[in-house]
Amino acid sequence: MDLRFGEEYERLRAEVRAFCAGSWPLRAEEARLDAREQAIAWRKRALAAGYLHRTVPRAYGGAGAGLDVLAETVIRQEFDRAGVPHRGVVQGSHMLVPTLLECGSEEQRRRYIAPTLSGELVWCQGYSEPGAGSDLASLVSRAELAGDEWVLHGQKIWTSQADQADMMFGLVRTEPDAPKHAGISYLLIPMRTPGITVRPLTMMQGGEDFCEVFFDGARIPAENIVGRRGEGWKVSRSTLKHERMLIGDSAIVRITFDALVDLARRVQREGRPAIAHPRVRQRLAEIAGHLAAQEWSVARMLTALHQDRESEVTSELSMAKLLSTNVQQMISLLALELIPESGLREPAAADATMGIGAFTPGRWVSSYMYSLAFAIAGGASNVQRNIIGELVLGLPRDRRPAGAKAG
Amino acid sequence: MNFSLSAEQELLQSTVRDFAAKECPPQAVHAVFDGEREAVAALWRGLAEIGVAGLVVPEAHGGAGLELLELALVAEELGRGAVPVPFLGHALAALALARGASPAQQDTWLPRLAAGAARATVALAEDGARWLPAEWRVELANGRVSGQKQLVPEAEGAALFVVGCRGGALALVEAGRHARVSAEPTLDRGRPLATLELDGAPAELLGADTAQRVVDAGCVLLAADAFGAAHRLVRATAAYLQTREQFGQPLAQFQALKHQLANMALEVDPTRGLWWYAAHAFDHVPAEASRAAALAKAHITDRAQQAARDAVEAHGGIGFTWECDVHLWFKRVMFDRLWLGGPELHRERYAALEGW
Repeated sequence: MDLRFGEEYERLRAEVRAFCAGSWPLRAEEARLDAREQAIAWRKRALAAGYLHRTVPRAYGGAGAGLDVLAETVIRQEFDRAGVPHRGVVQGSHMLVPTLLECGSEEQRRRYIAPTLSGELVWCQGYSEPGAGSDLASLVSRAELAGDEWVLHGQKIWTSQADQADMMFGLVRTEPDAPKHAGISYLLIPMRTPGITVRPLTMMQGGEDFCEVFFDGARIPAENIVGRRGEGWKVSRSTLKHERMLIGDSAIVRITFDALVDLARRVQREGRPAIAHPRVRQRLAEIAGHLAAQEWSVARMLTALHQDRESEVTSELSMAKLLSTNVQQMISLLALELIPESGLREPAAADATMGIGAFTPGRWVSSYMYSLAFAIAGGASNVQRNIIGELVLGLPRDRRPAGAKAG
Repeated sequence: MNFSLSAEQELLQSTVRDFAAKECPPQAVHAVFDGEREAVAALWRGLAEIGVAGLVVPEAHGGAGLELLELALVAEELGRGAVPVPFLGHALAALALARGASPAQQDTWLPRLAAGAARATVALAEDGARWLPAEWRVELANGRVSGQKQLVPEAEGAALFVVGCRGGALALVEAGRHARVSAEPTLDRGRPLATLELDGAPAELLGADTAQRVVDAGCVLLAADAFGAAHRLVRATAAYLQTREQFGQPLAQFQALKHQLANMALEVDPTRGLWWYAAHAFDHVPAEASRAAALAKAHITDRAQQAARDAVEAHGGIGFTWECDVHLWFKRVMFDRLWLGGPELHRERYAALEGW
């Protein structure tokens, strides 16, 4: 056991820190760009320097580096410290890009990857449908080949950022007579195509981060398929093994917890700071236990991945999402008790959108509600419990409900 | 960065695990709970032969010269097996001597403690709830110590006591007529507790600052023990629910129970790194040692207790019986949670150490 990163990584840390100091905030002309344009400008620089999406081959805009989870961690720590816009829209960079690298054609890779990494090309994920949630493979949106075009019909829902996206990577049924999982294809769908309607959904906290998307005979080029017809399910699963790139990121939870401690210092209760009250201290320390356990789990996973001993951390890997969801909820819940009057007010529009901003009272209100979104998106918590039961404890798989079609 | 065990550490752990599985199956623990304590001495001797009795004793004194992490790995395995041996008190006493005794004291005691030829333990609590060095009131004056210590683990048969005294001092007291041991009925029968009456017992002072180290080490060992016990309990419950059938199918097939088991695993499994780190910090990150130990003790024993009560519930009626294995581990975890002070005490210590 040695918790130092060592000379090689400390040198990398110093380089990244110097890079951040020299590249952010933007200066001169660029400082006047809007937030999105500023992020793109900075990301291009970070890509060129080889600090962002390092494992993507050079030909497609990355640095062509081998996977090194410790280097990724050091870089992310320095990026967080400097407050640079390194967290992009993850649907594109963390889901589509690995999928294209694994299953895409050479032309698709050359065309889409580089602008996706820089943030110029924004993607949304068209998976869920009104009738296909946890049972995703029961989706019914369909595409029929007419000449050299796919003609799309159907509806997607809970599509985050669909109203801002240039493109969607989506799953649709192209082989209606094939078995459930074998009838699906993975398509790349330009969102400005006639016949596509995007309708933002107002979320419970008042913001509009996700949408419904309707396909009414929209036509897209036949070449916009990744993998072969009927292989879409397999193609979409290929992304999963790349998710380990994301697991090291418990930094956001720590940032939120630090903000909670700060809040407890500032808020007064009975003439003294809330943090001086035994009950508040107990609850903070209880959350600190959960958070520290999560962080040391991450450290264990990083070490195991670094040493190619992934099988030793199956348990930690399967639990990471649920654990982080639970801790986020505890943090937001306690914050609201410290500022109960704010918990009764509707958050301002600026506080109701996704993303990390200053921890205003309204931000705590929406962050509590968002913690529930995280309990649903990307594998609902009860699905996670099934996975833990089966993968970690070796429990039997659920029986298929009577009458359900075999997959 | 390398947050994993070395091959030697893994070997030590698997050696103790194999020993416990072979020499101390649940029926052996049941026997001890039913009053047949003869097997305890043999188990302790077997562990001493592996080197468990002198793990943190310097090699010059016949020990292995290892660190708290190794000791905690052993604690995990003893918790996993609910092995009823006098490990906790002996390990903490040996650690106190290795860290705080004079060369003469070390020469006298450490070789015997390391070989398992003599046993030692720690006497810390007073009036039930006063666990911490600043709260101790037992008087040490003119080389003699007087007063009462409570909840002393495995005191019967111990040749040496490390006694907490006023001002946070630790003193060495030999067993004898001025140090009377009276057994207390103990919930975890695998680790019997006793009251120690000191009546002008001859005592030698250990070095200052040793007391806090002993408390920190105790927190880590209890956390590791609770982790091992709860980890085992979750697996044992999962295995039982796959054999017990109701409504024509194994109970584990019911999603309500499957999710309850997943929640139990979620309480326990992710806490491993927390006590690993606390053990590591004890020897390598002194500034964080107390804080990490307090957090590990409070958090892990609390999580383990939740998993243990869930295990009883998931077993149904049989889980509440004396003949079922579950209560052996349930009581092990209750001991780990409360001995040296409960989660509330250590959370408050953590908060204070964080500067909150």
